[in-house]
Amino acid sequence: MSRQSAVHSRQVAEHHVVPVKIYVTVFVVLLVMTATTTLVSGVDLGPWNTVVALGIAVFKATLVVLFFMHARYSPPLTQIVILGGLFWLAILLLITFSDFATRGWLL
Amino acid sequence: MADAIPERAQGDSPSGRLQHQFESMDQQKEASSLGMWVFLVTEILFFGGLFLAYTIYRWQNARAFAHASLHMDIALGTVNTAVLICSSLTMAMAVHSAAAGRRKLLILFLVATMILGGAFLGIKAVEYTDHIRHHLFPGPGFHYAVPADARAAEMFFSLYFAMTGLHALHMVVGLGLLTTLLVLARRRRFSPGYHTPVEISGLYWHFVDIVWIFLFPLLYLIGRHLK
Repeated sequence: MSRQSAVHSRQVAEHHVVPVKIYVTVFVVLLVMTATTTLVSGVDLGPWNTVVALGIAVFKATLVVLFFMHARYSPPLTQIVILGGLFWLAILLLITFSDFATRGWLL
Repeated sequence: MADAIPERAQGDSPSGRLQHQFESMDQQKEASSLGMWVFLVTEILFFGGLFLAYTIYRWQNARAFAHASLHMDIALGTVNTAVLICSSLTMAMAVHSAAAGRRKLLILFLVATMILGGAFLGIKAVEYTDHIRHHLFPGPGFHYAVPADARAAEMFFSLYFAMTGLHALHMVVGLGLLTTLLVLARRRRFSPGYHTPVEISGLYWHFVDIVWIFLFPLLYLIGRHLK
């Protein structure tokens, strides 16, 4: 039991030393990506406009989750829960889209 | 079990906040943070439904949606995105200060986060007022310059108000959480050994930021390349 708690404390101790420098770096990247997505949206890339906009949004969200929300330093169980949530979101979106995409009369 | 009791008493003494079902403060903190993440997963699916509806309707009305989104004020939208990102930084710094036991800094960063959150809602209110003045609020008063696109544009604005409205509601809840944290911080309730409320409120605040990170391009930017 005490060995277990030692492992616990070691894991937790690790995720507390996120240096301020990392927060500031992530912050600057987020601002730069916001400017980028606004500027790129004015250029006509055809269907790629949406792809680029969503790609940048996913990148920004990933940075927030990994560093601001400490997912990178969280215990594996928490990381699995996060991935599980995204998996359920994927089920919601992909199965509904496949339904609309394959049954033309719905659109 | 007998040897667990002195260990427990020793591990948490700064705050005495260890609930009896947990073995250590660390385990208790992990459980709280995991619980918050489980709640956030339900939030992902809650907003996910709206993003799903948005995608289906945009798929059906791609051109009309793109034109309708040109009614958004791009400057206000970009500034608001930056304001929220700043607030996420100050929130992260608040958690950082709490973990380091810097009470004054914690209070400073909590206040900064609240000011930025309030600024976001203020800018949002200016935008809403502007849309309503231009008859873009869905319902009997809705009026659109291009009659052929009116139905699709009304759908765009329904989704716009539903999604940004739900997001704004989450911001208001977040400001409530921050107010509570501020009161608790002033009462010296947090320490490096116990600041879980700051940490999990931070998770919530960052989640709300992420929702906006997706709302911004999907509502403000989809028509800009047509200009």
